[in-house]
Amino acid sequence: MITTYLVVATFLGMVVYLCYFVATSEQEVLNNSFNSRQEILIAQNYRGDILSDKGDKLATTTLDSEQNETRVYPYGEIFSHVVGFSTHGRTGVEAASNYYLITSSAPITDKVVNDVAGNKNPGDDVYTTLNTHVQETAYKALGVYDGAIIVTEPATGKIIAMVSKPGFDPNTIDADWETLTKDKSSGKLLNRATQGLYPPGSTFKIVTALEYIKENPDTYNNYGFQCNGRFTLGDSTIQCYHGSNHGYVDFKSSFAKSCNSSFANIGTKLNKVAFRKTLDELLFNQELPVKFVYGTSSVHMEESLSDEEIIQTSIGQGKTQITPLHLNMITCAIANNGSLMKPYVVDCVTNSNNSIVKQFKSSNYGKLMSAEEAEILRDMMKSVVTNGTATFLKNADYTSAGKTGSAEYNSKGDSHAWFTGFAPADNPKVCVTIIVEGAGSGGDYAVPMAKRLFDAYFEEYPINEE
Amino acid sequence: MQEYVALLSKYFIAICMAVYTLESFLVFRFKQEEARRGIYLRQTILIFFIQFAAFMTLVIKSGDLQYLLFYGIVQLMLFGIIMITDMIYPRANRLLINHICLLLGVGFIILCRLSYQRALKQFVIVILSMVIAMFIPSLIEKWRFLKGFKWVYAVAGIAGLSAVLIYGQFSHGANISFSIFGITFQPSEFVKILFVFYVAASLYESTSFLNIAFTTVFAALHVIILVVSKDLGSALIFFIAYLFMVFVATKNYLYLLLGIGGGIGSAIVAYHYFKHVQVRVQAWLDPWTYIDNQGYQVTQSLFGVGSGSWFGMGLMSGNPDTIPYVEMDSIFSAICEEMGVIFGIMLILICISCFIMMMNMALLIKDNFYRYISYGLGVIYIFQVFLTIGGSIKFIPLTGVTLPLVSYGGSSVMSTLLMFYIVQGLYLIRQKEERNGRRKKRRPNREQHYRRETETIPPEDDLVFLDRETE
Repeated sequence: MITTYLVVATFLGMVVYLCYFVATSEQEVLNNSFNSRQEILIAQNYRGDILSDKGDKLATTTLDSEQNETRVYPYGEIFSHVVGFSTHGRTGVEAASNYYLITSSAPITDKVVNDVAGNKNPGDDVYTTLNTHVQETAYKALGVYDGAIIVTEPATGKIIAMVSKPGFDPNTIDADWETLTKDKSSGKLLNRATQGLYPPGSTFKIVTALEYIKENPDTYNNYGFQCNGRFTLGDSTIQCYHGSNHGYVDFKSSFAKSCNSSFANIGTKLNKVAFRKTLDELLFNQELPVKFVYGTSSVHMEESLSDEEIIQTSIGQGKTQITPLHLNMITCAIANNGSLMKPYVVDCVTNSNNSIVKQFKSSNYGKLMSAEEAEILRDMMKSVVTNGTATFLKNADYTSAGKTGSAEYNSKGDSHAWFTGFAPADNPKVCVTIIVEGAGSGGDYAVPMAKRLFDAYFEEYPINEE
Repeated sequence: MQEYVALLSKYFIAICMAVYTLESFLVFRFKQEEARRGIYLRQTILIFFIQFAAFMTLVIKSGDLQYLLFYGIVQLMLFGIIMITDMIYPRANRLLINHICLLLGVGFIILCRLSYQRALKQFVIVILSMVIAMFIPSLIEKWRFLKGFKWVYAVAGIAGLSAVLIYGQFSHGANISFSIFGITFQPSEFVKILFVFYVAASLYESTSFLNIAFTTVFAALHVIILVVSKDLGSALIFFIAYLFMVFVATKNYLYLLLGIGGGIGSAIVAYHYFKHVQVRVQAWLDPWTYIDNQGYQVTQSLFGVGSGSWFGMGLMSGNPDTIPYVEMDSIFSAICEEMGVIFGIMLILICISCFIMMMNMALLIKDNFYRYISYGLGVIYIFQVFLTIGGSIKFIPLTGVTLPLVSYGGSSVMSTLLMFYIVQGLYLIRQKEERNGRRKKRRPNREQHYRRETETIPPEDDLVFLDRETE
């Protein structure tokens, strides 16, 4: 009977939809602030711990005799942005894993015992991908400067360290809240690594170079330029950093020595529409495939761009803005044969008995560029270390590659110091992106920090000699 | 201690429900009455198990003994329904009776948990309805002249709906009920039955094009009055019921297609003309953006279902009070939140089982008048179930109708019980048809098999439609 089959089919569809909903939406449903059932869980369970990759406690709950909870952050300022806080709203890992932290997957017998004793059940613990030693090194490396450091593994997308300075002490967040939110100038609560928008400076030459390679796949190596310290187009002039005069440079040495004049010249030769497409593929002006809050990088690239704008953009100045996170993602893609692995910071969730309740895996976003293009860029970035602006890294126990940047941000010529790179140069294991606000030259300030970070990483994760 | 009880009862109830549902579908494999008796008995026991576990949880979690009292009277009532129906109508459809008891029982559990006052009110109305309903099967079987009252049904139906329109009170955007002496009354629930009777009587007389056109005019009148009263959910139910009844009477696909086309057309018109239709559709497409406004009911409902997960948060452990209209339109979400989605799915399947019974009746009965009635009531019932459950899980936009026998709502529960007992009456008619059929066939070597009315009940060959191709 047709009606019966029709009805049964419709209802089956509805049941499938219901099952799908229950199976997939648990997290979003429970994390929504309009859902009052969170309060029930919070009343029954105490918040679980957030731990580093090797089990150091980054955030933990202490209970007093009346089962009142206090959240303690043993590492204070060092992890303040990435771990976040959970009073006064939620940020960082505290926000992203809220559902797991307030749910208890303890064995039923434990729950019964707790119920009888009038105790709260332990919320599940969250293991992050963060490494304490590398994070501490990054924190100390920035020293008195403001800025951000991100350390990731290009093969998996794991975030090993994420530091933003200035920071705050999450242990005293309640007491400090008024002053922190009223302070409009220093922005201590801002996670500069993910949300800080800066001019990329010479690090953008990676992108300009990529575009040149794409447009001239067979002839890019024939490029040559005579640099005399400045480049003029129409009414606009740009100069090489601190008045250097590079002499004759080919494509690779323009990159290695970070010659502004040469790259401004390259900029004028590029097809703006094609460049726009490349920028979209590199995730500029777009949503990033990450699960946490981030700023959106922006760059202007269209036919109507003026001469001045095109040469400024080619060297990473002008109106372009990028976050350290985004730059790190591009670097990781270069290190990983063009494939971007989505950055993530939560590794797994365990219950109070240390059994894994949920395991997160790395996931491939897709290619930002072809493997050949990535290889060419890697090669160029190696030369930055061997005979370019980052030779400080040459004498390490490992090989490395990268790009420095000195991004001017005012008319007085002050600049942020950038470095983005990876090590070892072949088969990279770790990617580092550093910005030091107002410090000056990337080669002078950011590169030494990078070395300390590479060292710290290899101390924790030694390279296997095969 | 509470933990253990709450946890165990969750799983216990879900398992009992699953077994009950399974048995509902397995029952058709047994032609032998003896085996069926066994299944029916097991089902009845399961119903009481579920009631026990659920109410015990309520009592233990709340420490309030009034739940114990309520538990007692509900069990007495359920027991009464089963016993009395069995005494008066030994040949009634036992499966349907079990389903009625199960659904009423679940309704009482969750209503008791949500609002003791309302649960009590519902209880009183159910008792009243059962008293009336007990007479129905017999009347249906005996009063064959009901076929001829086409005009009575039409006039009474339209009058009832108009009364609401004229005297009614606005209740959240729709004009659907009015009060006499403090009792709120929703006529559209009863008019549903009158409407089905009208269409059945009319189609029974003739399925000529002229008659169809004529009938359509009066059917449309019902729908239009409902639309003007802004009771769009009921209007939709009436429309669909009419469409399918005409289709089954004429077997003409053209009518079906025309009807569907007309339906889509009017839906689009309604969308543009009625503000609150637009609001409902928007809330369905993206409730999260309007979460504290139009989307509030849907999102809170989804929170309930999502937080409940497969086995529920446990009775009295969730927060269903945050869901708007939770005792009425969104009761399914409250059930899923506290008793689990598995329980909810079983509930859906039981409603389908009721529907299949009614369809089956439509197939087997020879008299067209009763055939159309069975079909019409079945479509009305299942479509209402679809609207209410689909709306609360965001499968379709919300339409403001209740879940029959489970939701709070006097008119709804009474009219549904009357509907189900009308179907029981049809069941008796069919058995009479069968016996008359057998008398005409007189096969000598099987003569021993023929018994008198009050003795063995002949094997039921339900669900024959799985073998037959006929409509």
